[in-house]
Amino acid sequence: MKSAVVVFPASNCDRDAAVALEQITGHKPVMVWHADSDVPDVDLIVLPGGFSYGDYLRCGAMAGQSNIMRAVKEKSEKGVRVLGICNGFQVLTETHMLPGVLMKNAGLKFVCKPVGLTVVETQSVFTRKYQAGQRVEFPVAHGDGNYVADAETLDRLEGDGRVVFKYAANENPNGSARDIAGILNEKRNVLGLMPHPERVCDPLLGGTDGRAVFEGLLEALG
Amino acid sequence: MKARVFVTLKNGVLDPQGKAIGRALNNLGFASVGGVRQGKLIEIELAETDADKARAELTEMCEKLLANTVIEKFDIELKG
Repeated sequence: MKSAVVVFPASNCDRDAAVALEQITGHKPVMVWHADSDVPDVDLIVLPGGFSYGDYLRCGAMAGQSNIMRAVKEKSEKGVRVLGICNGFQVLTETHMLPGVLMKNAGLKFVCKPVGLTVVETQSVFTRKYQAGQRVEFPVAHGDGNYVADAETLDRLEGDGRVVFKYAANENPNGSARDIAGILNEKRNVLGLMPHPERVCDPLLGGTDGRAVFEGLLEALG
Repeated sequence: MKARVFVTLKNGVLDPQGKAIGRALNNLGFASVGGVRQGKLIEIELAETDADKARAELTEMCEKLLANTVIEKFDIELKG
């Protein structure tokens, strides 16, 4: 499996993603700069966490207009898998590659802590190595993770099995509608999630619950 | 030509920041303060001199970048 990690100015989880990918797939991902207009031929593109462009205007808004995102969008339309983590999820909503929007946390505070999640949907390349209903713990670190969409969109996401991760009961850290933590696009090749699986891929960092995301991708994409 | 673009949350979209500002104003003794909504003001200088063209261009700017129309609406004010 060949992968690439996009680096925006003020991305700060790009190297965490690269380390996790290298450890699990055995191959170093290509690091792609935001001003580039091409993504090399890869099976997976990761949009990492961070504060791209200083979160100016809205989280992910400027990154959404960058050269590289035009290329990422084209690749995704051809079926390349895209994983947007935290700020990456915000970028995916800003480019309308995923529906809805991530608003300021309901409690107004930046939340940085491990959070329990339920794996709702295992019919995806990102979650195939988990069990449906399994509880996992990933860290969250965001100020704008409150997922908002109209009721019709939420119903459609849930009905189509596109809500893959939910915050566990009573652990919703940001007020997200229906406890949504991660969603797929319609073609199921793009996943955006606020919690950080790449930060729990090594026991030294406090857990390995996130490994299955990358192991599943490796298994599916070879 | 100068433009002022106001980007605000659509009605019905919860605004926790506005709520916090309202509470803070109440705490400062401004008892008459009821609802508060927070938004953004963006000032733009344009070379365009035709008001209709400017407004059309600004609308496109709002839809493409300045506002996230899933949750925000915008108002355009033109001067000069």
